Amino acid sequence: MLIKHVRARDPLSSEITPRAVFEGRRRLLKAAAAAGVWAFAPAGAKAAKPVRGEPIPNLAPWPKSLSEPPTGYELATTYNNFYEFGFDKEDPARHSKSFKPRPWTVAVEGHAEKTGTFDFEDLIKPHQLEERVYRFRCVEAWSMVVPWVGVPLGDVLKRLVPTAKAKYVAFQTVLRPEEMPGQRLPLLKWPYVEGLRLDEAMHPLALLTVGMYGERLPNQNGAPLRLVLPWKYGFKSIKSIVRIAFTETEPPTTWNIATPREYGFYSNVNPQVDHPRWSQAKERRLGDPFFSPKRPTLMFNGYAEDVAHLYAGMDLAKLY
Amino acid sequence: MTRLAKPIVFALCLLPLAWLAYRGWTAGFGAHPQEYVNRFLGDWALRFLLTALAVTPLRQIGNWPQLARFRRMLGLYAFFYVVLHLSSYVVATHFFDWAAIGKDILKRNYITVGMATFAMLTPLAATSTAGMVKRLGAARWKKLHRLVYLAGIGGVFHFFMMVKADWREPLLYAVILSGLLGWRVWRRARVKG
Repeated sequence: MLIKHVRARDPLSSEITPRAVFEGRRRLLKAAAAAGVWAFAPAGAKAAKPVRGEPIPNLAPWPKSLSEPPTGYELATTYNNFYEFGFDKEDPARHSKSFKPRPWTVAVEGHAEKTGTFDFEDLIKPHQLEERVYRFRCVEAWSMVVPWVGVPLGDVLKRLVPTAKAKYVAFQTVLRPEEMPGQRLPLLKWPYVEGLRLDEAMHPLALLTVGMYGERLPNQNGAPLRLVLPWKYGFKSIKSIVRIAFTETEPPTTWNIATPREYGFYSNVNPQVDHPRWSQAKERRLGDPFFSPKRPTLMFNGYAEDVAHLYAGMDLAKLY
Repeated sequence: MTRLAKPIVFALCLLPLAWLAYRGWTAGFGAHPQEYVNRFLGDWALRFLLTALAVTPLRQIGNWPQLARFRRMLGLYAFFYVVLHLSSYVVATHFFDWAAIGKDILKRNYITVGMATFAMLTPLAATSTAGMVKRLGAARWKKLHRLVYLAGIGGVFHFFMMVKADWREPLLYAVILSGLLGWRVWRRARVKG
């Protein structure tokens, strides 16, 4: 079992560097810069510090959080695949500043008793927000460790009361080409859509996420509402969700539409099934030293004990 | 001035590398430094390869015979950046994980093509000296060095096959390469006809 249990005295990641302290440090740096101490530092090299989000109060720690130190905040918020904001990793942080994540409504449709349009806060409010430190593994063979803030997706879906016909759940990202420059280019089919089998969506690891690092989600990380599915490749964890639909048949998914040979419906992290472009056997943990070996990728990203039963009897080489 | 032209071009060609070192020293290479360095060097390898391939068309179109003397230097710089690009792949991306590299070459098409391109450029760099031209004989040397056209195609394909969705940049390189090769074909046909 690779998931380590957090001891009661372990701090939340948001507590490791108190806000006032790092803000104080930053003020000091600014003062030093003004004093010309950094005269020889290149302009703008370290200047683009991210604007931190609003802290989220009353987070419950999650007993199964990883005890590994989380990837740095700056790194996790400046190296993103969110093609709606551009196709380079730095584009989402750069081009999402004018995106408005509030007010935000989510349309609930399909085979459920409670359908309609909900303010996303109303979907989340009845549940206790948890901070969960998960591994995050991209299909491009890099990975992070991120402290997410959210509620179990299954708990929210249960309150919507799916009917017997509901076999899958489909999700859709917002379509706002005026705020999302990537959506003005037809390089993927917009809006982005994703889907899960209902039992996957109900799995307690599936997190309906509203924050990270103890704060509201930054725009570039999928504000205000995204999925985090730690046993699947990152692109399954759809961002900026505006539609949740209970369906009877397997819903289409964006990357599968784009390149079916490369991206399947399930897209579970699996070191034994290679992607045509990337070996999935190992991964580059961001933040590791420049000269260091990659780390071995774990089956279901280390969550095999929790999720393997969902796929019992399936040929994972075919249903990738 | 003309005496200085060669050393100036030589120094200019080192600028991307100098910039990389400067950035590494001052700001670092960002969130995924291995990827940053590898892509940066790959970009410049391809740019130098296309620049070397542009010498002859520019020389002929612009009636600018002085350009010819930069061709070998630009070609060797292309190879230089290719070697750095490949080294960063071995050392930074994979940290000498030879088994993973071997599998990549066999299974990942864009890596296969990239390695083939490197294999094509190596004999060209090795035979770039005046002595080698003499030893091979001008006709055979010229024939061998036509491999550079295939290497150019290989380099662009290597880039094209690597991208997931945003093919705009590799497309730009493809258009430039088509122009450079197409012009040669067109001229040859015109001269013959």
